[in-house]
This record gives sequence, structure tokens and C-alpha cells, in this order.
Amino acid sequence: MYTEIIMDYYKYPKNRGKIQNPDIDFKDSNPLCGDVIEMSIRVNDKHIKDIKFDGTGCAISQASASLLTEMVQGKSLEEIKKLDKQELLENLGTPNLGPNRIKCALLSLKVLKYGVYSYLGEKLQTQE
Amino acid sequence: MSQIKSLNISKIREDFPILKRKVNGKPLIYLDSAASSQKPFQVIKTIDDFYSTYNANIHRAIHTLGEEATAAYEAARKKVAKFINAKLSQEIIFTRGTTESINLVASAWGRHNVKEGDLIVLTEMEHHSNIVPWQILAKEKKARIEYIRFDENGVLIKEDIRKLIDKNPKIVAVSHVSNVFGTINPIKEIVNFAHRNGTLVLVDGAQSVPHMPVDVQDLDADFYVFSGHKMLGPTGIGVLYGKKELLEKMEPYQSGGEMISEVHLQESKYKDIPYKFEAGTPNISGPIGLAAAVDYLESLGMKNVREHEKELVRYALEKLSKVEGLKIYGPKDPEIRGGVITFNFYNNGSLIHPHDVSQVLDSEGIAIRSGHHCAMPLHEKLNLPATCRASFYVYNTKEEIDQFVSALEKIRRFFS
Repeated sequence: MYTEIIMDYYKYPKNRGKIQNPDIDFKDSNPLCGDVIEMSIRVNDKHIKDIKFDGTGCAISQASASLLTEMVQGKSLEEIKKLDKQELLENLGTPNLGPNRIKCALLSLKVLKYGVYSYLGEKLQTQE
Repeated sequence: MSQIKSLNISKIREDFPILKRKVNGKPLIYLDSAASSQKPFQVIKTIDDFYSTYNANIHRAIHTLGEEATAAYEAARKKVAKFINAKLSQEIIFTRGTTESINLVASAWGRHNVKEGDLIVLTEMEHHSNIVPWQILAKEKKARIEYIRFDENGVLIKEDIRKLIDKNPKIVAVSHVSNVFGTINPIKEIVNFAHRNGTLVLVDGAQSVPHMPVDVQDLDADFYVFSGHKMLGPTGIGVLYGKKELLEKMEPYQSGGEMISEVHLQESKYKDIPYKFEAGTPNISGPIGLAAAVDYLESLGMKNVREHEKELVRYALEKLSKVEGLKIYGPKDPEIRGGVITFNFYNNGSLIHPHDVSQVLDSEGIAIRSGHHCAMPLHEKLNLPATCRASFYVYNTKEEIDQFVSALEKIRRFFS
């Protein structure tokens, strides 16, 4: 479960921090385990110009958030709306996470999508 | 008084089939008994025997199987009564577990005795099951809840106990042993204070009855509740002990079959206790399995069980205090601590998340619990999102604690 990718992003996170005066700033937590992720984003012409994450929690939640910021850099908001959770899980090297830990891995994506949807004034239909 | 003797742990371990299995290729080290204990084959076989040889619905059956099942169910009630030294077996109500027992009291007693402006006293270290039912009652009745605080050692503050009980609460609901700190609370003292001004006391014994001798008459508790599955018994069975005169005055909790003596179109008469509180076909194999668990524990002797765990706690506290970056919560004195050790692990000052700790331990075959242990207010006060908890029982050994400690050292290397 603790793949090299996860341990690397956990120990040496990329894009950790906060963007000053962001266009999107969204924060959520996983109440059961206490993982917290905040995403701050600067938007330019409906594309992500800059993105940072901040938060606390387990290695999986923090590594996932860091990796996700790299995945979406420069992408359009429409592309982010369509981003599939399996793509994130596979990039983490953990395509088959069990039911308990998958929530840790997907918190960052949930925060990003909620942020983008609320920026666009739309409502996110969640499956869960 | 029976003499304290040390338990033959390797013989005990042979009674628990699950301890033979491997987890992730390693022998299972089960340190999560505070959440649910493992079961000896004596309990498993007793339940199997019930379903294989005398399964039938209880009470009113005029046939052999029904009579045998009824006899076993009622014998279990007597056995449990004796185990906690209740005066009468009618004072034992079978429930689904500690949670249902507390809900029963909050509803059947609370709704008829707590009124607007009344005070309910709890403690900051309670499990959610001893908070939420009282919150619902307080909201319905516009009553208030105040909390006895705990200090930096996870011990209830004595002045708070006096001060809050002096406000004449209707009831004090308190855990005998904290499921997070392991603190053994001064129940006799609390009951003594409370009874001076007619306040009732409910004791949550989920973490005490499995681990130490409990005498409800000596404690003089008005209600005492616990679960079967934490004391070597099956899940889905719990106990509410209540003093006869209180139970008799209470209205039913759930209603329907089994709890009535007469039903007419417009009104019904209820049975006497304990049946008034056991509506519907009960969990029959539950009490029968629980009775087998009581037999097993009595064969070990509860004093010996307590001594064994005290020794494990003393040993674990000593070993863990040498692990760099490990912070232990709760009292350091094994005399006032049950077999629960809650901790967090820091690497150069930053928290290794408890889920990461327990996940890596699992890869070593070691089962501990991580999270808020159904005690969010306690964790909020400590400003922690979660903690790790290792808990011990009759089948745990010092060798297992050694392996647990060396696995923790591995975790530090892994995350640094």
C-alpha cells in the first residue's frame, strides 16, 4: 500500500502551501480519520494557472493531494470536472485500495472538484 | 477470598482458534480487545450446540426443545447476575449491547423522570454511547448536560465531581473504565456523593466487566451496563443491570410480544421485570454464549485476569516509554489503569498519522485500533484528530508486546 510514489510525495511534497488571493479556496475533512485537505487555486481563462494544497493527515491523503496538484496543473476546469478517480489511484500506484483507505486517497479529488464546481456556480452530484 | 495466581497463558491461547491464524504472513498479534475480544472454542461450541441440538423459541413452548432453550436462557440470566453479584436475577435485562442498555435507561427512565431545566451529569471521557442518548433526552426535555472534566493524566477532576453533584443532577452517567485512557474511575466515591442527594448513577461497564471483578451491590450503582462481545462472548448481546425498585417503576422500552401478560383491544398489561423490557423474540444464543464466556472467565478468576493485565500494562508502559517520539495518554500508574494504552507517534515532532501506524502494524500481523475510538469530545479537548490504541486481554503475552515495540521502531524508520 505504501508505494514508493506515496512515500516520496509524503516525505517531499510538491506544491504544499497556500496561494495568496486565490480564485478558488476549498477545504474539507474526513471526519472519521481526521485528514484535512485545503486546495487554493488561481484560475486564468478557465484553466488552472497555479494550485497548492495544504493539510494534515495520513501519508496516503497528503501524497494524493500533492500528486493531484501536479496532475491538474494547466488543465481546464471542464477537464477537472471529468477527472476520473481511478486515474488518481493508478498514478498513486494503488489501483485497488480497500474501502477504509480509499477515502483517504480520494479526499483531495473531492476537495478539488467541490472547489471547481462551486467556482463555476454548479452543483456536484456525488455518487456516495 | 480466592488467592491470586498467575494464569497459564499458553494453555489459554490454545483455547482461542483464531490465534492460530496468520495475518499478512505473520502470526496474529491481537491488541484490539477493547473494541471486541476474541472467543474461546468453549463459547463457540456452546452456541453451536444450541443451534445443533435444542434450538427453539423460548417461553410458552410446550415441547422439549422449547423447554430446554428456555431453561438455558434463564440459567444464563442467573449466571450473569451472580457474576456481577446482583441481588436478584430479575435485575438483569438482556439487550443488544451497552449502547442499547443506555438507550433503554435514557428512554424508559429518562423520559418519565427528567424534566425541563433538570441537570444530567456526564464526563468528558465518555464513549459516544454514553453521550448521545442523553443529548437526545436533554433536547426533548429541555434539560441541561454538564461534564466532569479530566486532568492532564486523564483522571477525573475531584472538585468537578463534588461541584457538579452538588447541583442536584437527576442522574450521573459515567464509565467505570475509560476506553481511551484506561482510567479506572472512582465509582464508589461518585455513587456515595450522588446518593446523598438522591441522584441516580448509571455506570458504563463495557471496559470493566471483562477485565476485573465487579460487584454491583458493593458499588451500589443504580444502573450498570455492559456488552458480551468484549468479554469473550458473542456480538449482539448486552446487559442492563438495574435495581429492582427502579426497573419496576419504569415504563417499557420496546413493546409487543413476550413483554405482555394480557393484551386487549384498547389496553394491555405488562409482564413483570425483566420480561417487561425484553419485547419480541430475543437473541437466544446470545445469553447462552455469554454464559459460557462467564464460565470461562470464572474458571480463570477475575482477580487473576486483572493481575495479568496490570502486569502487561506495567511492562508495556515501561517498554513504550523508551520508544523515542511516543506520547502515551492516560494515567501512568497501572493500579488505576485498565489494559488499554493509547498513544501517538511523532517523528521529529510531526505526527505520524494513527492510520499509517496501524496500517504498517497490520502488515506485521499486529492488530491495533486507530481513530477517535468513539470519543470525539475527548480528542477535541486534547486537540488530536486521532490516536492509536493497543489493548490487552487474557491471551496476550509480554513477547507480543516486545514484537509490537520492535514493529514501532520499524515504523519510525519507514516514515523518516
